[in-house]
Amino acid sequence: MLKQQEACLDQLAPGTRAVVRELRGGRGFASRLAGMGISVGCQIEVLQNPAHGPLLVLVRDTRIALGRGEASKILVRESERGQPDAAE
Amino acid sequence: MQPNDPPKLVSDRAPAETSIVVGLAGQPNVGKSTVFNLLTGLGQHVGNWPGKTVERKEGMLSRDGTRLRIVDLPGTYSLTANSEEERIARDFIVHDEPDVIVMIADASALERNLYLLAELLVLPVPVVLGLNMMDVAEAQGIHIEPHVLAAALGLPVIPLVATKNQGASELIATAEHLAREPASFRPARPEIAQPHRDVLAQVRTLLTEHVPAPYREDWVALKLLEGDREVTDNAQSWLPENNWSSIEVLLKEHEDAVLDIASGRYDWIARMVRAAVMHPGLGQISLTDRLDRIAVHPFWGLLLLLAMFALVFWLTFTVAAPIQQWLDVFVIEQLQSWLAATLANAPPWLADLLVHGVLGGVGIVVTFVPILVVFFTALAFLEDTGYLARAAYVMDRFMHLLGLHGKSFLPLFLGFGCNVPAVMGARVIDSQSGRLLTILLAPLVPCSARLLILALLTPVFFGNQALVVSWGLVLLNILVLAAVGIALNHTLFRGQHAAFIMEMPLYHLPNLRSIGYFVWNNTWAFLRKAGTIILVVSIVIWALSSFPDPDVEQSYLARFGQSLAPIGQLMGMDWRMIVALISSFIAKENAIATLGILYGAGEGGGGLAGTMAAVVSPATALSFLTVTMLFIPCVATVAVMYQETRSWRWTLFGVLLLLLIALSAGVTVYQGAKWLGIGV
Repeated sequence: MLKQQEACLDQLAPGTRAVVRELRGGRGFASRLAGMGISVGCQIEVLQNPAHGPLLVLVRDTRIALGRGEASKILVRESERGQPDAAE
Repeated sequence: MQPNDPPKLVSDRAPAETSIVVGLAGQPNVGKSTVFNLLTGLGQHVGNWPGKTVERKEGMLSRDGTRLRIVDLPGTYSLTANSEEERIARDFIVHDEPDVIVMIADASALERNLYLLAELLVLPVPVVLGLNMMDVAEAQGIHIEPHVLAAALGLPVIPLVATKNQGASELIATAEHLAREPASFRPARPEIAQPHRDVLAQVRTLLTEHVPAPYREDWVALKLLEGDREVTDNAQSWLPENNWSSIEVLLKEHEDAVLDIASGRYDWIARMVRAAVMHPGLGQISLTDRLDRIAVHPFWGLLLLLAMFALVFWLTFTVAAPIQQWLDVFVIEQLQSWLAATLANAPPWLADLLVHGVLGGVGIVVTFVPILVVFFTALAFLEDTGYLARAAYVMDRFMHLLGLHGKSFLPLFLGFGCNVPAVMGARVIDSQSGRLLTILLAPLVPCSARLLILALLTPVFFGNQALVVSWGLVLLNILVLAAVGIALNHTLFRGQHAAFIMEMPLYHLPNLRSIGYFVWNNTWAFLRKAGTIILVVSIVIWALSSFPDPDVEQSYLARFGQSLAPIGQLMGMDWRMIVALISSFIAKENAIATLGILYGAGEGGGGLAGTMAAVVSPATALSFLTVTMLFIPCVATVAVMYQETRSWRWTLFGVLLLLLIALSAGVTVYQGAKWLGIGV
């Protein structure tokens, strides 16, 4: 269970799956994310995470582009790579 | 009859009943407008929400003597007042009290879509759920049983494939039925999670008897816990001070409630869909994944974007330009000579007014249509396939240099068609500073009117080099845009950060019907708004150039232009070009018309091209084109700049900034050419 550590979303490599643990960034930010499918407890997969520029993530069958600043406010716990999520 | 009743459309038949009002709701990218077009056909009216610049579409539908008024609500992810669109959608539901809401959901991303439903169900209005894109969901391996979902939710669920015209009539029949029997509507409603149930009850008690109709206490309490800015402000004004400060304390203690409320809604959604949806799990590679390998790739994506750009321009100029020329030569000029012959016995000034003033103006407006149609078609196509969101994603890195983010790319791209929708399109940007900066930069995007001027004038002066000069001038505009953006980002807008959160919809085949409506609505809106202005200005310019003396050189216009000659001289321009520039303030394409009148097009043969090529040096021409490309925005753009910023200061700042840039660029180009001894 060493892998189950918390990280900011923007630190994850492409292909990583994780579970959202916390949203930092205030009520407005949280409620905007909620409408687009990102809430505490949901599964999230990083599709693309270039060195510069926004991330591309997959949440609830939706592809969402997230700026790096926004991604750094999303705290996640990494699921084991390549395996179905153990969180549920 | 009350005198101030709104006018109602009354049919000749005995009025069956009052008409039913249907609100069409849904998240963005769910095919809502396709459903709207299916339901209302050509009987739709496009306008704005009162006092807002958000588009409002409305249509009438008759079913067996019943009139249904269908109001298309802005596409919103939720109903918390994060944006103007969300405020409009929920204000409509709360204040206008529609008889029924039809919510369109994307079946291939059902859980996220049902978040909006969870919010709608807290409001006192019956809801029908339309599951659109059932075919897309199936293709993804997602299988949905609508009747099982309906049983769980306790509301009607209708499967749809709007692009293939499947399910729309059943949808509207169900909506009509529900509107007639609202008492039969008893849906499952999401409840707030346990940790915050007590605080919700406490807030509600404090609100009791202070919430004015049509608002409801439970809804207001919920929105307060969610931190909704608008509801918070309202509640503060409704409540006695004691109650409000008690609520404030509660809200502060439970600041995390918003997270629980959102998670609670998704838990509820998961329970609702559990029996109805079979989901294949992850790991399937879809068409979207494959296309995205190129489209959102940091390098290939950029290359693809440039290719798309080039294609749109190429189409505009190869398809639209010849049609434009044909219209000009075979329609407008024929009409002019016919009218001139018919009016041979009329007073010369009247004939001249009608032939050159009026028909000349109409001509400009008409010949403008092909370019707009091609451009709007390309735009609708890119948007409808889902590509435009990828373009925003790819451009985000670069927009960051200007202190903007990817979303600003869409309005700026719109600017190539016309700066007016570009400025208005800045609404999609969530931050105040990002919106303002986008609005200030938008006029630097060369609109199709300026591209048209390039297309018409560069061949006259630069022959074989016309294309190179055109591209160079377009590039100059983009470079200036970048420079101004970077400069403003490091001065006036320093430290402002904009959040970038954007959905990348699935790719799908474009719907020709939707594209058709988009092109028609936008072109017609342009003709209506800009067409009138252009016609009026054309007549005014004609009048100024025909009085007090029919000889242009003695006219008011000439006198005004001559008074500005010293400035013009620095840029190598004579008074005629100065006048043309001034007239371009009203509408960019007026520059051509004015030059046409002042250089006496059509008289003495050779037309505008021949006359100008003979008397204007290439250095002057280049300076004129440079200034035209960078000049102050047209009056319509300035008007929307004010409308959107609500600030004359910022509007004036934008205009003066461009004036300064344009004039310095003109002086630099002309003096530079003179110094180098080229083309003088």
